[in-house]
Amino acid sequence: MNFDVSVLVRGVEGIADPEGRTIERALGVLGFPGASAVRVGKIINFSLAADDLASARSEVVEMCDRLLANPVIERYDITINTAPAS
Amino acid sequence: MSVNIAIIRFPGSNCEFDIEEAIGKLGANAHIVWHQEHDLSGFDGVIIPGGFAHGDYLRCGAIARFSPVMDAVTRLARSGGPVLGICNGFQVLTEAGLLPGALMRNAGLRFVCETVEVEVTSNHSPLTSQVALGTRLRLPVNHGEGNFTCDEATLAEIESGGQVVLRYVDNPNGSLNDIAGISNREGNVVGLMPHPERAFDLVVGSDDGVPLLASFVRFVEEHVASHVAVGRA
Repeated sequence: MNFDVSVLVRGVEGIADPEGRTIERALGVLGFPGASAVRVGKIINFSLAADDLASARSEVVEMCDRLLANPVIERYDITINTAPAS
Repeated sequence: MSVNIAIIRFPGSNCEFDIEEAIGKLGANAHIVWHQEHDLSGFDGVIIPGGFAHGDYLRCGAIARFSPVMDAVTRLARSGGPVLGICNGFQVLTEAGLLPGALMRNAGLRFVCETVEVEVTSNHSPLTSQVALGTRLRLPVNHGEGNFTCDEATLAEIESGGQVVLRYVDNPNGSLNDIAGISNREGNVVGLMPHPERAFDLVVGSDDGVPLLASFVRFVEEHVASHVAVGRA
């Protein structure tokens, strides 16, 4: 089966996010003083061939733990959907 | 007999020739080793130089840690062999789990490229074992991601274990506790953000990097001597 995978990688709470803080300041300057707690992350999208949803998920978890995220400073959320039949 | 030190080159490394020259001048044999090598037998120590290994894609050092040579570097480090990571090399060593913590984007998002003052705060590393505590050195920094961070428990552990070997006098990047360089618990693996190899001759403005790199070479020589002694016993 083919799956569409989306991994969202974000900084863990409590660790400074200099990029988010800078964007938050810029939003304030731009006239959006209500924006707060800005955090910057990244999304990694890919297709994955796997036997079933459970094995796809366990494979993606391993990818995240070993490469896609650094557990010291980042956490991740995984979204997996069955790819539409082509 | 001169010791053999491997200088690992990744696609994107750019400080390998500076460190090769510095190590050579200190009387050791420096060899540049391509990251696809699997075998580091015959080498007594390893240096991972600065640069932008694999373009720094994903995170600095994240791809480099899976290069084939890193298995051999890890084996050497785990067996007590001396390993030094400079700048990007420091980032690679944290990603590989050979040093604690992580290096993130500088505070203020500023890429820092200047000469800074650092203080030697521990002798528990190959880089500082021969340098007097409290020695202040002027070294160039040149990085966008040198802001050292770790969780509170790790910070307490590295502080109490004497693993913080260099501290900035005037913190240029937001690094936790002004940390510029750390070692592992065992004291054989060390990483730092400043570039001692770029302060190796007064002609480039400072030779304050010499005592650190001389200490590293001496540490490698003593490591080899102790192993030879064990082998003969």
